[in-house]
Amino acid sequence: MSKTPSSTSPLPEPGSRFPDFAFKWVAAGAATMIVILIVMVGWQLYMGSRLALSHFGFGFLWSSEWDPVQDKYGALPFIFGTLVSSLLALLIAVPLGVATAIFLTELAPLRLRQPIVMAIEMLAAVPSVIFGLWGIFVLIPWLRDHLFVWLKRYFGFLPLFQGPIYGVSMLAAGIVIAIMILPIITSISREILRSVPNLQREAAYALGATRWEVLKIAVLSYARRGLFGAAVLGLGRALGETMAVTMVIGNRPQISASLFAPGYTLASVIANEFTEATSDLYLSSLFELGLVLLGVAILVNAAAQLMLKSMTGSGPIKVN
Amino acid sequence: MLPLKNTRFALLTALVALSATAASAQMLINGAGATFPQQIYTKWFDEYQKIDPSVRFNYQGIGSGGGQKQILAETVDFGASDGPMSDENLAKAPRTLWHIPTVAGGVAVSYNVEGNPQINLDGPTLAAIFLGTITKWNDPAIASQNPDVKLPAADIVVVHRSDGSGTSFIFTDYLSSVSPDWKQKVGKGTSVSWPVGLGGKGNAGVAGQVKQTPGAIGYVELAYAHQNKLPFATMKNASGTYTAPTLDSVTAALAAATIPEDFRFSMVNSPGAAAYPICGATWLLVYAEQKDHVKGEKLVQFLKWAYSEGEKDAAGLDYAPLPDAVIKRALDRVQSIKY
Repeated sequence: MSKTPSSTSPLPEPGSRFPDFAFKWVAAGAATMIVILIVMVGWQLYMGSRLALSHFGFGFLWSSEWDPVQDKYGALPFIFGTLVSSLLALLIAVPLGVATAIFLTELAPLRLRQPIVMAIEMLAAVPSVIFGLWGIFVLIPWLRDHLFVWLKRYFGFLPLFQGPIYGVSMLAAGIVIAIMILPIITSISREILRSVPNLQREAAYALGATRWEVLKIAVLSYARRGLFGAAVLGLGRALGETMAVTMVIGNRPQISASLFAPGYTLASVIANEFTEATSDLYLSSLFELGLVLLGVAILVNAAAQLMLKSMTGSGPIKVN
Repeated sequence: MLPLKNTRFALLTALVALSATAASAQMLINGAGATFPQQIYTKWFDEYQKIDPSVRFNYQGIGSGGGQKQILAETVDFGASDGPMSDENLAKAPRTLWHIPTVAGGVAVSYNVEGNPQINLDGPTLAAIFLGTITKWNDPAIASQNPDVKLPAADIVVVHRSDGSGTSFIFTDYLSSVSPDWKQKVGKGTSVSWPVGLGGKGNAGVAGQVKQTPGAIGYVELAYAHQNKLPFATMKNASGTYTAPTLDSVTAALAAATIPEDFRFSMVNSPGAAAYPICGATWLLVYAEQKDHVKGEKLVQFLKWAYSEGEKDAAGLDYAPLPDAVIKRALDRVQSIKY
């Protein structure tokens, strides 16, 4: 590059390798920083939680008690709440997001595409606390008076939809998180579907496939791995979502089969209780919850990577 | 390109740093802690700035836990807490650390009952509701205190604060003082293990859930209840009168409370006839011996001003001012700070 004679780009000195060299190191430095950052976060969490680690040992992970007055702490209800609310969100957001992406790349008239894309991107820009407030004042009353009543009436035989209806609940949290991760899943899915070569589609059409068959054979099977990656990125966001979840989940550390029951997540309890935690063990236990959250995120990602590896189907796109 | 940019950046930083030091000939006194009194502290610091421009106070509402930690680590010049420090934490102080009460606040019990009636409650009933042993609004325990109110047969939905807060401390302190059952099963604290109920974040979260959920009952800061015109229960106090939460009834509670030498007092269920039973004070945490002579002097001057002038601002911001007798004792304490 430095050898290209050019009058428009003034290089420091002809023949200098400095820009190449500098760029390489800046880029490498940036990449290293991310790794260092994660390690430092993990280390700091470990240092902060040493007291709780030595006090409770592994029992911390499966104890359901959380009592700051007695100084007894356990993480199980929070782990449960984090996983369940995130999975619910994925169950709702992935089909919606992928369907939207398919509509935008394959079906929608060209004129419509840009406005819809913009609307989705705007959804991503709405602050978390706004979703929370909207959840409390708009979504929850509606869920309580309509959707939940309907679910209880027709699906009440399932343990998932039993018990008293408060509105704030695990299901409400799942729905709010789903809305929040919808933009990232939709836009990544859209990019992935767009990068499926047209040749694929044309070949399928040439074989006499219908539109639906083209989508199934040529597009979706090709993009499968990429779409899975989009879901994993969405899951990452869902696990750490704090503010909006705190406002709609009911903040009750319990494990209940019913989705109508309130729950609690790891991120929420840290945000809720950190500021007023006065005893050392209390603070340390909150740090350990952070460590557990980091661990859960790493495990979930590792599991996703393994699933991705075992997935058949090709496509050049790999997210993650 | 890169080293050049770096040098420029370094120069710029140096310049900014220089101008910052030049501008701050004014002294900075840092404090951190409780969020409940933040509004009045901010107002005090603003006004005091006009009286003594040579000093600037910087207060960060990071929570009582943080306030206690930071003053113990001496990273701030004063701390602030909504609950008195535990003996265990106080023992960690490198030197004598004093609690100085500033203002008090009440906790209102708000509810969402059909027809919005005025409801009377006593402590044991409130504790039983929050323990989950009273579950219906028409329970005899509630009905007997409200003969004129037609109470619905609806389920009671308990709402409490999910975030650690001084408000929860005052509320659970009260329940512990009126119900042995509560004291033994739950206890008092900024966060407790609630036997029943839903958690709402902040006063707004609790008020929002109470407003949205038919049959709900919850507790919020008095100031918040007033500003948002929430319905609140009149509570039976220690002398048997049902009192509404107002600034006067909170000050009356403080006037009748027993206040020990170290000011670490609880004023719930105070014996005064006009006292509202669910209230508490908030404290500044100050070292008895100030390390920095000038800062210490300025801090003491400010505190004297706060007691003589600042207390007058309290009511306007929905904080209950301290009664005169308490101010006098607190002033004595402030004057004995060494610097």
